[in-house]
Amino acid sequence: MPRANSQQLIKMEVLKIATAGSVDDGKSTLIGRILYDTKSLTSDKLEAIEKTSKQKGYDYLDFSLATDGLVAEREQGITIDVAHIYFSTAKKSYIIADTPGHVEYTRNMVTGASTSQAAIILIDARKGVIEQTNRHFFINNLLRVKEVIVAINKMDLVDYSEETYNAIKSDFSELMSKRDYENQNITFIPVSALKGDNVVNKTDVMPWYNGETILEHLERLDLAAVSNVGTPRFPVQYVIRPKTEDFHDFRGFAGKVYGGELNVGDTVVALPSQTKSKIKEIYAYDKKYQTASRRSSVTITLEDEINVSRGDMIVKEGDLPTIDKQFTATIAWMDSDQLKAGTKYVIQHGVNKVLAKVDKIHHKINPDYSGIEENVDGLGMNDIAKVTFKLNKPIFFDAFKNHRTNGSFIVIDTKNNNTVGAGFIQ
Amino acid sequence: MSTNTSHINPLENEAIYIMREVAAQFEKPVLLFSGGKDSITLVRLAQKAFWPAKIPFPLMHIDTGHNFPETIEFRDRLAKELGVELIVRNVQDSIDAGKVKEESGRYASRNSLQTTTLLDAIEEFKFDACIGGARRDEEKARAKERIFSVRDDFGQWDEKSQRPELFDMLNGDIELGQNVRVFPISNWTELDVWSYIQKEEIEIPSIYFAHKRKTFVRDGMIWSAEDDIVFRDAEEIVEERLVRFRTVGDMSCTAAVLSDAVSIDKVVSEIRDSSISERGARIDDKRSEAAMEKRKQQGYF
Ligand SMILES: Nc1nc2c(ncn2[C@@H]2O[C@H](COP(=O)(O)OP(=O)(O)OP(=O)(O)O)[C@@H](O)[C@H]2O)c(=O)[nH]1
Ligand SMILES: [Mg+2]
Repeated sequence: MPRANSQQLIKMEVLKIATAGSVDDGKSTLIGRILYDTKSLTSDKLEAIEKTSKQKGYDYLDFSLATDGLVAEREQGITIDVAHIYFSTAKKSYIIADTPGHVEYTRNMVTGASTSQAAIILIDARKGVIEQTNRHFFINNLLRVKEVIVAINKMDLVDYSEETYNAIKSDFSELMSKRDYENQNITFIPVSALKGDNVVNKTDVMPWYNGETILEHLERLDLAAVSNVGTPRFPVQYVIRPKTEDFHDFRGFAGKVYGGELNVGDTVVALPSQTKSKIKEIYAYDKKYQTASRRSSVTITLEDEINVSRGDMIVKEGDLPTIDKQFTATIAWMDSDQLKAGTKYVIQHGVNKVLAKVDKIHHKINPDYSGIEENVDGLGMNDIAKVTFKLNKPIFFDAFKNHRTNGSFIVIDTKNNNTVGAGFIQ
Repeated sequence: MSTNTSHINPLENEAIYIMREVAAQFEKPVLLFSGGKDSITLVRLAQKAFWPAKIPFPLMHIDTGHNFPETIEFRDRLAKELGVELIVRNVQDSIDAGKVKEESGRYASRNSLQTTTLLDAIEEFKFDACIGGARRDEEKARAKERIFSVRDDFGQWDEKSQRPELFDMLNGDIELGQNVRVFPISNWTELDVWSYIQKEEIEIPSIYFAHKRKTFVRDGMIWSAEDDIVFRDAEEIVEERLVRFRTVGDMSCTAAVLSDAVSIDKVVSEIRDSSISERGARIDDKRSEAAMEKRKQQGYF
């Protein structure tokens, strides 16, 4: 596998991937294998893996050691917290979030999936589709991760059997029929993470499989196509007022452009004041541009002196988000303290923070596709539910299905400031 | 010149976003500046984030007293050019005050002593956010670190109860006494940093480039024999070699590499083709498998 050449040194394309699958399905091993086969492991890291594998008495290299960085993880041989792993090929740069498989750490899996455009769900070929598979597929679908690779792993332990592979594939296809977000692309690949079959390199032990390897598939993905595009939203992060001689009257609104692009001359509306103006200049550092592209951090100036501060949002005229003091969302609860109706929390929506009250818990959604549970009075760790919040002032949001950034939020506990939940506005 | 911003690298966009969140969410942030390439990169990113205004927070250097003179000279000049305040706190003062004990022996280093001086300085200035240049690809325990990493009163990192970080929302709410370590270049690799320095034509201290230096070899690594800071046995022979440094930590724990890379272009191609990671040249990490995790739990950066 060729490494990045000098023209592509500055990263232009970064594909973010999250792994999923139950404990011991081989997620960490798979990532270690990808690193090894793409020659991304430096010699000192490889030496450390060889040394520890030997100490543990293995006759193979335990690639999970490449990502399981905490002492507790190495002792127990499991992943506890998300690790971020980086590698590049001549085509693309990748960030893989190695997430834990244990049910107790489902929230970490949600975290990993929230920033990813692609997911690899592993299934142990000996066990087939199990409850965790349902849950992880559900979460990836809920978070609208565009590309899902279902890697049927440990094929070496089932004699590389085509029947086993097909049976698992058909069980999984049943799940697919229940999904909410139907535009998700799903690809099945039989692999052995340990032996390296169909991970980076093709193998001759499964002559019945003619499809791509995992890396071949990832390399082919078009980044623009897997990213969610919506309408432009510009949440103001910070107001830049230099008050120097050269920039005496400069008032720049600093932020990141989400969803679509903004152009000099666009008629825009500032929320919540709903004041109209036009984009005068777009800066990235000290250079002026005509267009602020999606995902870029820029500074915008407006034609008119209007009052805009952090937490406000600049949008195009005629393209307004919903402005409301209440909304209903699907939330993933991440804390051991229960969420209860009537409790107050802080909701962070982008860079905007508001005080909120849980108005109603409608129902819990069983993430294994077994239906919903009504009449619940509290949500525990890893529960998913439909909840209505009332806010002390309006926010400017889109439905999550139309806008991944402007349709999501986090819930903060007012007692200890911890992030205790994530939500997706309906 | 391009008329849209799509050519700007996604890592830079992310880092600038993080810098702005720090300035907006905290009352007293500080940028920890070591004079190394990662913190120099941070300074450039901060400059970009707030232009045409000045960087809205000071720089702080925890000086071990064992830094390369080239870095110190560089640090002072940069702060002056930017017109930002530079705070320096010395490990020597913590030693003199009897707060920490100097290590002795062959591998004596002041690297871990920095923690006490740093925590004292945070307390002294009541900093609520410290921006640092750590990257997740540096080390396996770092790979688990959040972008906003909350520390308790003792600066400790509790790896088991880290706040989840979803989408790009950063929750900087803290209680009195807590502070946050912020890592804007978390997602950068060593090569990303070097190519950025190359593309942006950022000036870096001369020790990053190949130069002649008096050195000796120990445990297969090359140590600086100038300035008498690294303890050396009589039988460890000093020779002049053509070397450069890949990281510039404390002299007592940073090994040099043989190199003839005299320009940034040559350094970038050397890093690209190199098969050893930069942490491979840090003796403090070789002490044990879990060296970094332990230091972090104690409040190390
Ligand atoms: N035979 C065989 N063993 C495998 C394969 N992949 C992984 N394993 C083994 O399965 C065990 C668990 O692998 P890990 O990679 O730690 O599993 P994980 O999914 O990361 O587990 P958690 O992170 O704890 O959820 C290890 O002993 C691996 O060596 C495979 O393809 N074939
Ligand atoms: Mg794992």
